[in-house]
Amino acid sequence: MEKIVEVKNLKKAFNSFMAVDGVSFEIGKGEILGLLGPNGAGKTTIIHILLGLTIPTSGEIRVFDMDLSKKRREILNYLNFSSSYVSMPLSLTVRENLRIFAMLYGIKNSKDKIDQLLKDFEITDLGDKLVRKLSSGQVTRVCLAKALLNEPKLLLLDEPTASLDPDIADKTRRLLKRFRDERGLTILYTSHNMKEMEEMSDRIVFLDKGKVIATGTPEDVVKKFKKENLEEVFIRVARGEV
Amino acid sequence: MKIHRIQAIFLRQLFLYKRSIPRLMGVLYWPVLDLVLWGFITVYLNQYRGALPAFISFFLGALILWDLLFRAQQGISISFLEDIWSRNLLNVFVSPISVSEYVISLMFVSLIKIILTASVSIFLAWLFYSFNIFIIGVSLLPLVLNLLLLGWAIGIFTTALILRFGSQAEVLAWGVAFLFQPVSAVFYPVSVLPYPIQVIAMWVPSSHVFEGMRTVVSGGGFPVKELLWAFSLNLVYLLFATLFFFKMFKAVRVKGLLGKIGE
Repeated sequence: MEKIVEVKNLKKAFNSFMAVDGVSFEIGKGEILGLLGPNGAGKTTIIHILLGLTIPTSGEIRVFDMDLSKKRREILNYLNFSSSYVSMPLSLTVRENLRIFAMLYGIKNSKDKIDQLLKDFEITDLGDKLVRKLSSGQVTRVCLAKALLNEPKLLLLDEPTASLDPDIADKTRRLLKRFRDERGLTILYTSHNMKEMEEMSDRIVFLDKGKVIATGTPEDVVKKFKKENLEEVFIRVARGEV
Repeated sequence: MKIHRIQAIFLRQLFLYKRSIPRLMGVLYWPVLDLVLWGFITVYLNQYRGALPAFISFFLGALILWDLLFRAQQGISISFLEDIWSRNLLNVFVSPISVSEYVISLMFVSLIKIILTASVSIFLAWLFYSFNIFIIGVSLLPLVLNLLLLGWAIGIFTTALILRFGSQAEVLAWGVAFLFQPVSAVFYPVSVLPYPIQVIAMWVPSSHVFEGMRTVVSGGGFPVKELLWAFSLNLVYLLFATLFFFKMFKAVRVKGLLGKIGE
């Protein structure tokens, strides 16, 4: 399988605190990899490093077979990101925001693409509304639409469904899987919803205190810890019982 | 350097101001208020003028020009803060935009704000006080350009500090330019300053601009020497501010702060 992301012995120290401590993993084309772990495990730091927002202390990262430390901006053309913790300019309409991001990524025929994404996320009726008038779940969907504007090869999603109701969260997961199946989109995913992680992830990298403590399919990880499901594993890890 | 990315950030600001009366007020309200207040004080003081025949020209010219510098700085710093306030900074910096493209787009935003502010101020100065800033003649262009360059340098420097120290440094966006005001000799000649401050003023580009303006208004001709000083210093200031911004940008990436700005 073609490797989209290769991370080798990644370390990130903030003064004496090791946020990421010798993490290695790979993501193949069209794969959905779940990054799992309690708060402070290093998930967001790894995502920020992969986005070039944070410079690692050491380690090697290759994305699309390019060295991230040297080709960051080239890589960012084919990558996108969404998180429930980021928003968009509130005084702009949904369409205005998406148009601006389309320009940032140099997308041609952006109107058609925006229309299609609004349709995909079932938010066509919100197109001319100001972002400040949307619910947090609607903003999350707009941010996800933004993340797919440039038809990325790699999508980094940090708790993307955190503010969505179960129905919309389910539709969003289906949509992301559809994009994966149709376009070979590769996804790195974090969530605190264990059922979602089981449903979405082809493989899981389980982190605790900046280190990988397990990796494999969700079933492999559950088996390794001899528990019933991922949620039980998570709780035991978070409480330091494994 | 891609034009479409510069246009994107520029357009984002344009959309923002298009439907925001408070933001438009920010561009127009304070300059107009300053002009009205200080204009009438100037008219009053002018009745007691002695050896200063061009008092209104000195004062109102200085007021309008100072405001250009301040708006140039704010055009950069406040535009950057808008991205922090709307939790949009991450979206911008995970796109392929370079730091240079981002800064250049903010310079364009600043330019538009200045044109808006200047148009209103110049019109009102003419309407209320019969003061025509264009009496400065062709010198006005290099004088304004120098204030623009200094405003950008201060704006970039301030933005770098906000980038590094986050929203707790927001206050700098409103305050830093005023640190330059006393040594810029905006409303008085450099010669009235105590000697040690005169030495400092010599290394501040805006002091040369305002000295140049007074030279022209007094009929002293095109202020070549002052403009050369101002241009040279501005190049150094702009270079320093830009390098400082790049250094801070790298520092926040090392410290992992880019994702936390605005929290």
